[in-house]
Amino acid sequence: MSMAGGWWLVRNAECCRRPGVLAAGLTAALPAPAANLLAAVTSPQAAATSPPGNTGHFLLATVYILLIFAGISVGVIVMNWVERKVLAHMQVRLGPMRVGPHGLLQPIADALKLLLKEDLVPQGADHLVFWLAPVVVVVAAFSAFTAIPFGPTAAVSDLNIGVLFVLAVASLGVLGIIFAGWSSNSHYPLLGALRAGAQMVSYEITIGLAVVAVLLHTGTLSMQGIVRAQIDHQQWLLFREPVAFGLFAVAMVAETNRSPFDLPEAESELVAGYHAEYSGFRWSLFMLGEYAGMMLVSAVAVTLWLGGWTRPFPNVHAAGLDALFSFVPAACFLLLAGMALRAAWKMPGHRRWRVQRDGLAVFGSLLLGLGLLLAVPPMRTACQNVFWFVLKVAVFQYLFIWYRATFPRYRYDQLLRIGWRILIPTALANLVLSATLTALRP
Amino acid sequence: MPNNYVPALLFALIALLIPLGTLLLFRLVRPSRPFAAKSLPYECGIDPVGGSRHRFSVRYFLIAILFVLFDVETLFLLPWAIQFKHLGMFGLGEMVVFLGMLILGYFWLVQNGALELE
Repeated sequence: MSMAGGWWLVRNAECCRRPGVLAAGLTAALPAPAANLLAAVTSPQAAATSPPGNTGHFLLATVYILLIFAGISVGVIVMNWVERKVLAHMQVRLGPMRVGPHGLLQPIADALKLLLKEDLVPQGADHLVFWLAPVVVVVAAFSAFTAIPFGPTAAVSDLNIGVLFVLAVASLGVLGIIFAGWSSNSHYPLLGALRAGAQMVSYEITIGLAVVAVLLHTGTLSMQGIVRAQIDHQQWLLFREPVAFGLFAVAMVAETNRSPFDLPEAESELVAGYHAEYSGFRWSLFMLGEYAGMMLVSAVAVTLWLGGWTRPFPNVHAAGLDALFSFVPAACFLLLAGMALRAAWKMPGHRRWRVQRDGLAVFGSLLLGLGLLLAVPPMRTACQNVFWFVLKVAVFQYLFIWYRATFPRYRYDQLLRIGWRILIPTALANLVLSATLTALRP
Repeated sequence: MPNNYVPALLFALIALLIPLGTLLLFRLVRPSRPFAAKSLPYECGIDPVGGSRHRFSVRYFLIAILFVLFDVETLFLLPWAIQFKHLGMFGLGEMVVFLGMLILGYFWLVQNGALELE
C-alpha cells in the first residue's frame, strides 16, 4: 500500500520536473496514477498486506475515506433512483420518467432542489440541538465504515475490535434521532423520536446476540479476521449460523427504521416522525444518514455471514473458475450497457425524444466503457473483491426496497412484541444451542 | 491511542465537515424569509396546542432500562465468545449458567408483565 502510494507521488513529481517529456509522459503517466491508485485500493498483489490505517499511512487512509464517502453518496443517489423505479414497477406505474431518460437525473434534480430550499427552524426550537441532530446521524452512519473491509487491503483501517466499533458508532445514530425529536418543539417529532428510540434499542439487543453467535466461530472481533475465518472454514458462516443470520436480517430492517418497521416516520399518523420539522438540506442529511445506515448494516451482514469480499464459492478452485469469475464484473456492466443501449434504440424516432434518446445512449456508452475497462487484465483482478462486496451489499439494498413494496407496516405494540417476545428469546436460545454444538464439534 | 484508530477520527471529521460545508456554502444561495406563521411548529394546519415538552408514557423508560440490562449482558458475552475455542467445555458450562440466569430473569420479566407493551 505504502509503496504503491509513494510510487504514484514520485511518478507525478518526475513528470512535473521534466517538462520535455511531459507530452510523451502524459499519455503514459496519466492513466498510470489512476490505475495505480485503483490497484492500491483493491489488489493485494500491488500493495502491502494490511489497510493504510494499520501501516500508519494516514494520507492514503484519507484518500480511502474520501473514496468511500463519495462511493456511498453515489450509492445513495443510485439507490434513490432504483428504489423509486422498482417500487413504481412493482405497483404497475412508470416512476420518474421526465428528468433525463427514464428519470435517471431525477435524484440529482432532487438534490439540487433540496440544496436551494429554505432552511426553516421552528419557533421555540433548541437551535444548537436542532442543528446538531442531522449532523450526528450522518457522522454516526458514515464513520462506522472505517472498519468495513471492501477487500483484503481496501479498508480504511482494520480495527481489532471491528464489529464492536461498527455497532457502537452506528448506534450513536439513535442520539441524533432523539435530538431531532426533542429539539423541534413539536408534538409529532417528539412522538416519532420516542418510538424510534425504543425501537432501535429493542432491536439492538437482537443484533448484539446474533453477532455473538458468529464470534463463537471466528474467535476475533476484527472484520478482516472474520472474513479470513470464513476463508479458513471454507464456508460462509451463513451455513453455520443460519438462525443468527435470520435474526440479524429482521433486526437490521428495524434498526434502520425501514418498512415494515418504519413506525417512527409513519406518514399516516406522525406526519414524518422525528424529522417532520426539518426542511431542505438538513432533511436530506437525515435521508443520507438513513441510506448510509442501510448500507452499513448490509455491509455488516455481508461481512459476518456472507463471506465479505470473497467471490462466491471461494472454496472451489477448479481450473478456469477463477478466470471465469474475474469476468463477471465486466459482464455485469456490459449487460447494463446493453439494456441501456437497447432502450435507447427502441425509443420513438420522433424529434421530441431526441434529447432523451441521446442521453440514454451516452449513459449506455459510459457503462460500456466501464465494462470494457473492467475487462482489461490489471483492472479485472484489481476490482474483484470490491465488486463482489458491493454486489452482495446491493442485493440487500434491493431486499430493503422489496420489503417496502411487500409488507404492510406493523402496529407499535406488534413491533415491540416481535422484538422482545420473539427475537430476543430466539437469539438467546440460538446462542446456547450453537455454543453447545460448536463445543461438541470435534 | 493506537495508531489504527486515528483514521476513525479522520473519517468522523470528514463526515462532519462535508455536510457542514455544504450547508454553509448553500446559505449564500438559498432564501431565508421566515415569518411568524411560517415558523410555527407543524400541527396539521391549526395553531399548536400546548407545549411540546410534555410527559410521555413510562413504558419508554422501562424499555430503556431493560435495554441497558440486556446490552450489558451482551457485552459480557463478547469476550467469552472470542475465547470460546480455548475455554472448551468449562467455558460452555460457565456460559450456560450465565445465560440460564439471564433467561430465567427474562421469564420473570414476562411473568410480571414488564413486556406487556400496549
